[in-house]
Amino acid sequence: MALLTIKNLTVSFDTSTGPFMAVKGIDLAIEKREVLAIVGESGSGKSVAMLAVMGLLPNTATVTADVMEFEGINLLTQTPSQRREIIGRDIAMIFQEPIASLNPCFSVGFQLMETLRQHTSLSASERETRAVELLTLVGIPDPKARLNAYPHQMSGGQCQRVMIAIAISCNPKLLIADEPTTALDVTIQKQILDLLMRLQAEHGMGLIMITHDMGVVAETADRVIVQYKGQKMEEADVLTLFENPASNYTRALLSALPENAVGDRLPTVADFMAKQNAEAMQ
Amino acid sequence: MSEIVLETRNVTRDYHAGGGLFSKAKTIRALKGIDLTLEKGKTLAIVGESGCGKSTLARILTLIDAPTSGELLIDGQKVDIAKDGLTRDMRQKVQIIFQNPYGSLNPRQKIGDVLGEPLLLNTKLSANERRDRAMQMLVKVGLGPEHYNRYPHMLSGGQRQRIAIARALMLNPSLLVLDEPVSALDLSVQAQILNLLKDLQDEFNLTYVFISHDLSVVKYFADDVMVMYFGEVVEYGSRETVFANPQHSYTKTLFAATPNASVDAIKARLARKRAAA
Repeated sequence: MALLTIKNLTVSFDTSTGPFMAVKGIDLAIEKREVLAIVGESGSGKSVAMLAVMGLLPNTATVTADVMEFEGINLLTQTPSQRREIIGRDIAMIFQEPIASLNPCFSVGFQLMETLRQHTSLSASERETRAVELLTLVGIPDPKARLNAYPHQMSGGQCQRVMIAIAISCNPKLLIADEPTTALDVTIQKQILDLLMRLQAEHGMGLIMITHDMGVVAETADRVIVQYKGQKMEEADVLTLFENPASNYTRALLSALPENAVGDRLPTVADFMAKQNAEAMQ
Repeated sequence: MSEIVLETRNVTRDYHAGGGLFSKAKTIRALKGIDLTLEKGKTLAIVGESGCGKSTLARILTLIDAPTSGELLIDGQKVDIAKDGLTRDMRQKVQIIFQNPYGSLNPRQKIGDVLGEPLLLNTKLSANERRDRAMQMLVKVGLGPEHYNRYPHMLSGGQRQRIAIARALMLNPSLLVLDEPVSALDLSVQAQILNLLKDLQDEFNLTYVFISHDLSVVKYFADDVMVMYFGEVVEYGSRETVFANPQHSYTKTLFAATPNASVDAIKARLARKRAAA
């Protein structure tokens, strides 16, 4: 059975100029132990679709779907308190800005143990042991002392490690990583991606990577969904996607990579789509 | 040999930190003797991780900070802002474009005023002439005169970066410092901005100092590459030599860390994964 199944998901936002459809009918399924990448430009609705799964969208959003199931539990009909049982324990999420997603007023140890207090029956001392264990697992040096550190005392890469520690604290079955390395340097990006892939393999988690970086997709994914303006353009396993992309949009995206540059200028997605449209008109 | 626009000789920069009631003052040497030369119409890429001193160097090149020691020559002229201050001519010669186009534009200033202000402060042009220049520049960077009266929030990230480029070009600078100009942008917009920068370089024979940590962009964009590590230059040469034969261990780490989107690399990774399972 698939871990998460979504069929025909739509999300629309009420705006002053009428409803705006951010996600227009997305189908998605992820198996246990699978790494699925969702690729798209900003505004393609990739984050919004996952926030809908987490139930983190604001009140102005309307979410509809034919099916939205996590391990056979229907997420659509759940009350907020029922959903909170699952969110954070079985499904966890990592966000793009590590420094912004930690609370600056509390120590990282407090924030790490808060999740454990919420979702487990561990005692205070057991929670502390577990927190030290988690910080060791994500590779933070001197974890015991670091429990008392505040986010501003750590670097961006370390904050992202703490975020990952919080996300995996209750051994989630599904981890959603929303652009986890966009704000980081390449060398740190490599470390964080290696860490995520190691944890995914060790714990047998399902992992959804939301990203706009084709390099990150190539380094991590088993299967890829390409999204554009709220619609799915293509779904394929990672090798097929890079070797033999089916949709024009994917081809345009791949040709815009600087390492694939032919000649002096880069082909842009806009040019590519315009050319396609012109050919279709004829 | 063509004209040299930028030259630094043994530039260092110290920062002083601490020195309170109970602690002794510490001196941090952020730049440890930087030598570089850059010819007109070329692009020099500066690569390094955060904290390696590339932004400190950018601040010195753009005459925001004075170096602690060493010489800085722009257009063959020696510049020492610590001693002589900064003249109006000097300020026009070097311009900078920042990483975040959302943060570098004043949200309450119209695009027309953003572009007109450098002319207002540095030239004696009349309001009409300033307006004409701004209109021409908008067209040059791929926008239209209709954007003249808009505010930054009405534009997308890529359009805002175009405005930042237009503003930097208003005074015909001889040197443009680009501080991670595309790292906040999407892949497709990144391609558009890089193309625009190349077009403008061809048209005005501009000289770029391009600061980045994305090696795939650097490989595509730069003529010369300089790799910095803890305030020191660990590798400096033409793009071909640095990419073909990296010498320093840090450069090798950097190459290894850059994601590889080639089909062979994916095949190798999938094979490794199957072997581990």
